[in-house]
Amino acid sequence: MSYFAGNYDVLVIGAGHAGIEAALAAARLGCSTAIFTINMDSVGNMPCNPSIGGTAKGHLVREIDALGGEMGKAADKTTIQNRMLNRGKGPAVHSLRAQIDRRAYSQYMKHTLELCENLHLRQAEITDLFKGDDGWHCVTQLNAEYVAKTVIIATGTYLKGKIYVGEVNYESGPDGTFPSNSLESALLKLELPLRRFKTGTPARVLRSSIDFSQLEVQPGDETVTPFSFSTDPETINNESVCYISYTNDATKEVILRNLHRSPLYGGVIEGVGPRYCPSLEDKIVRFADKKRHQLFIEPCGLDTEEMYLQGMSSSLPEEVQIEFYRTIPGLQNVQVMRNAYAIEYSCIDPLALKVTLEVKGHDELYGAGQFNGSSGYEEAAAQGLIAGINAALKVKGEEPVVLSRSSSYIGTLIDDLCTKGCSDPYRMMTSRSEYRLLLRQDNADERLCELGHRIGLLSENDYEAFLERQRLKIKEVERLENSFMAPSEKLNELLEIRGTVPMKTGVRMSDLIRRPQLSYSDLAEFDKERPELPAEVAEKVEIEIKYSGYIERQAAQVKELVRLENRMLPDGINYDDIKGLRLEAVEKLKKVMPSSIGQASRISGVSPADITVLLIFLDKQDRKGESL
Amino acid sequence: MGKTIAAVATPQGEGGIGIVRISGDGAVDVADKVFRSQSGKVLRDAAGYTALFGGVWRDDEKIDEAVALVFRAPKSYTGEDVVELSVHGGSFVVNCVLRAVIDAGACLAGRGEFTERAFRNGKLDLTEAEAVMEIIAADGEQALRASMAAKGGAVSKKCAAVKESLTFAAATVAAFSDFPDEEPEFSGIDRLEEMLVNAEDELDRLCANYDTGRMIRNGINTVIVGPPNAGKSTLMNLLVGCERSIVTPVAGTTRDVIEETVRFDGLTLRLSDTAGLRETEDTVEQIGVKLTRERIESADLIIAVVDGADVDRDETAELLDGIKGRPAVVVLNKSDLNVADKTVAESRGLPCVLMSAKDGTGLLEFKNLIKTVTNTANLTGAEGVYLNERQRDCAVRALKNVREALDALRCGMTVDAVGVCLDDAVSALMELTGERVTVEVANKVFEHFCVGK
Repeated sequence: MSYFAGNYDVLVIGAGHAGIEAALAAARLGCSTAIFTINMDSVGNMPCNPSIGGTAKGHLVREIDALGGEMGKAADKTTIQNRMLNRGKGPAVHSLRAQIDRRAYSQYMKHTLELCENLHLRQAEITDLFKGDDGWHCVTQLNAEYVAKTVIIATGTYLKGKIYVGEVNYESGPDGTFPSNSLESALLKLELPLRRFKTGTPARVLRSSIDFSQLEVQPGDETVTPFSFSTDPETINNESVCYISYTNDATKEVILRNLHRSPLYGGVIEGVGPRYCPSLEDKIVRFADKKRHQLFIEPCGLDTEEMYLQGMSSSLPEEVQIEFYRTIPGLQNVQVMRNAYAIEYSCIDPLALKVTLEVKGHDELYGAGQFNGSSGYEEAAAQGLIAGINAALKVKGEEPVVLSRSSSYIGTLIDDLCTKGCSDPYRMMTSRSEYRLLLRQDNADERLCELGHRIGLLSENDYEAFLERQRLKIKEVERLENSFMAPSEKLNELLEIRGTVPMKTGVRMSDLIRRPQLSYSDLAEFDKERPELPAEVAEKVEIEIKYSGYIERQAAQVKELVRLENRMLPDGINYDDIKGLRLEAVEKLKKVMPSSIGQASRISGVSPADITVLLIFLDKQDRKGESL
Repeated sequence: MGKTIAAVATPQGEGGIGIVRISGDGAVDVADKVFRSQSGKVLRDAAGYTALFGGVWRDDEKIDEAVALVFRAPKSYTGEDVVELSVHGGSFVVNCVLRAVIDAGACLAGRGEFTERAFRNGKLDLTEAEAVMEIIAADGEQALRASMAAKGGAVSKKCAAVKESLTFAAATVAAFSDFPDEEPEFSGIDRLEEMLVNAEDELDRLCANYDTGRMIRNGINTVIVGPPNAGKSTLMNLLVGCERSIVTPVAGTTRDVIEETVRFDGLTLRLSDTAGLRETEDTVEQIGVKLTRERIESADLIIAVVDGADVDRDETAELLDGIKGRPAVVVLNKSDLNVADKTVAESRGLPCVLMSAKDGTGLLEFKNLIKTVTNTANLTGAEGVYLNERQRDCAVRALKNVREALDALRCGMTVDAVGVCLDDAVSALMELTGERVTVEVANKVFEHFCVGK
């Protein structure tokens, strides 16, 4: 018999990176919210790499911050090394990444949840989930029954989790936690289309067992860039270093000799692993001609001696792991503290979700994070934020928030998942966006702060700061477009050193900055009127001027897209009745039920000819509507 | 359920055979109402690809003997059920049959509706659909061959190859961006410039072929110019084979631009005979002269006709100077009266022929010169990579984008900027092949179709 444990607006199952953002967003928007975790010490845990950000993922964190989410702030507070990747490849792909003190991060997040108004954090395993007349019911293992208007499922790798290490396998959540087994049956009873995915993590090793003299050192950047627009860069810790080493023929030999003991190659694991984050044995088999593979050795925190072996995940038996790790320079005597493992878990086919992250056919039930088929902390947090916002808006009876592909990587991520689906754990990459030059990490605030403020998540302070940055930027761009720089011997000397044409007459400052060989800061000493600007504003100014032509081009591409996005497909459209659609297209359209022509055009299996048919169909409908 | 459509599928006019085509879910039922087979078998029971002999009836009156050919969806031109009723040619009979079919429940097909249905049912891609349109409209043999090749997908294939290589380049840029710079060097990006240069060459060639393709398809837009009474109209009449222009010995009698179509050796010339290029105070003639100058600017071919006796006159020098550098053939006419010196034309780089428009001397050489000048001498339309206007528009855009990508790359911009240009190029080519749909494309293509196909 269960006991009644309370009425809520929003219940969140799981307190990982998705659950945290979901619960904070809902509670901050005024909804009474409860969030459940199987283990109170695993809130906001980082069971894999001790870092946040990286290519495209760094963009996601910035966007979460611009909307008023927590991840960026938490990462800045617990950073131990800060790096901007791909500085040489252009502003579209500058990507921020920070090494994180993982225990400190978890602590920060737990404390933030505890302090949040309207929010209850509970250690409990949800074992049943069903809809009653009064809303959704969540029942815990200890028979507490919670009732809520909306529920967000953010179970990560816990759902029917199973760990594999060589021939050994057992039911478990990540990092030695309990799995969530009973909930899966409840979800199957709701007829959710569940599937098995898998992911893996490398070993953690003892710092003092590593010979650092054989390793390349990788320090943080000289100048620090925070994730959050609200963080003062001065406050960020950037003192830790990472190390680089490489595998060799001996590593390869050990792995190939033991490949038959891998549960993956032995066919024991049925779950599909992430294509872009393969285990070492996967890399060695798939890229057989590659001589060596790089690995990063990263600290897990400030007050621990555990080191993480990035790029070396494996599901081979423990003794094989030890053997192959010890073939790597610097790791000859390495002591493995936690073994590498693969974990298999249940998740939903995201084609069963609307772009609001609500489950189709199950109103008020939402999915977020790895449960939706993604991989990565940042992807999870991004979805959690949107699911939390939309659950809260649903409770309030307001229109949901749907981010477009052209607005953000968050929008791209969710559209990809819900429109194209995924056949392996989905990882965000810059190449997934067709609008990379518009969706930069430096302008995430310009793209999303208005929305964050309107929703009510972005604080007045942060919003005011954003408006101030905008004012400064616009003013400086205007100044540079309208003032001229006189030629001088010293300036021409610089121009020649940089390999660009010296000046004979005055040149517009913006035109000088547009020269690829010159930077905004290069010209500082020749520009007497230049105001003192915060680094993030100076960055925006430079990019906006230097890339103006290309940015405008991409903006034109967006305009074209928006026309198709705005061509809405009516609810309850019966694709069987539309003459001329191919059978495959009818099936796919019925499954996805796209909201617009734009979304329909991205469904695999729907051809341009099918889109033409839909356009003609809509035209006819419109004409019918007019004649009525 | 979609409506069933019908139209006459063969050209209007007298012919050995005329076909009425019916397409749609109700095609077989409609046909059964008008067609009675000799064997007594009904079309409803006929399998696809079978023919029945019988007659077409309207009420109790037999219109004509007919063969009914049944196609079952999706194995038909449109991808729907189709019945073709072949009757004896002649517009009266064929139109009677069509009327009977309409009375039996079919709707008259709209412009290009059969092909539109074929496109929508996935039987044709966009460039193939366009090719069908061109086959119907094809004037001249070479045009027909080029269109046939296009229907076979030559344009698609050629463009798809360029598109593939550009897509690969775009993917390389994207992948390069995805790899953090701390990882071992990503290979492939160093070949980007080479990939772009190759694509530039291909696109350049495609666009350059456009003019030739257009001339084959639409005919060579030709202007005949020359001083009054040099024999322009006589030459035109020689080519046309009948008197079309008003020919009188009084200078200045041709005032309007007169258009005529001439076919030889598979080429089509669209001739405009013009008012002479004489300065005149006669207002009507002035308008004619202005029109002539405009035509010279836009013509594919200019035929300058000069009286062989006038080669030394200032007007002749003036005329030939005016067309220098344009694709032109100079005819020194009236060779039956005097043999002129070709220097006046050849010194200006203009090919020249001595000719008598009156008796036809020099005609063969004249035709050969035309082929040389218009670059159509050795054409086999079957190469089939001639773009139409819409396709050219896309290809030109793609070319422009590729060049901008190259500029960005060469002047040292980062690859993300190069990528923006590349994306535009790929998307222009996808528009060309119909893989990317814009509302405009679908409309643009189908409004040009004629009824019946």
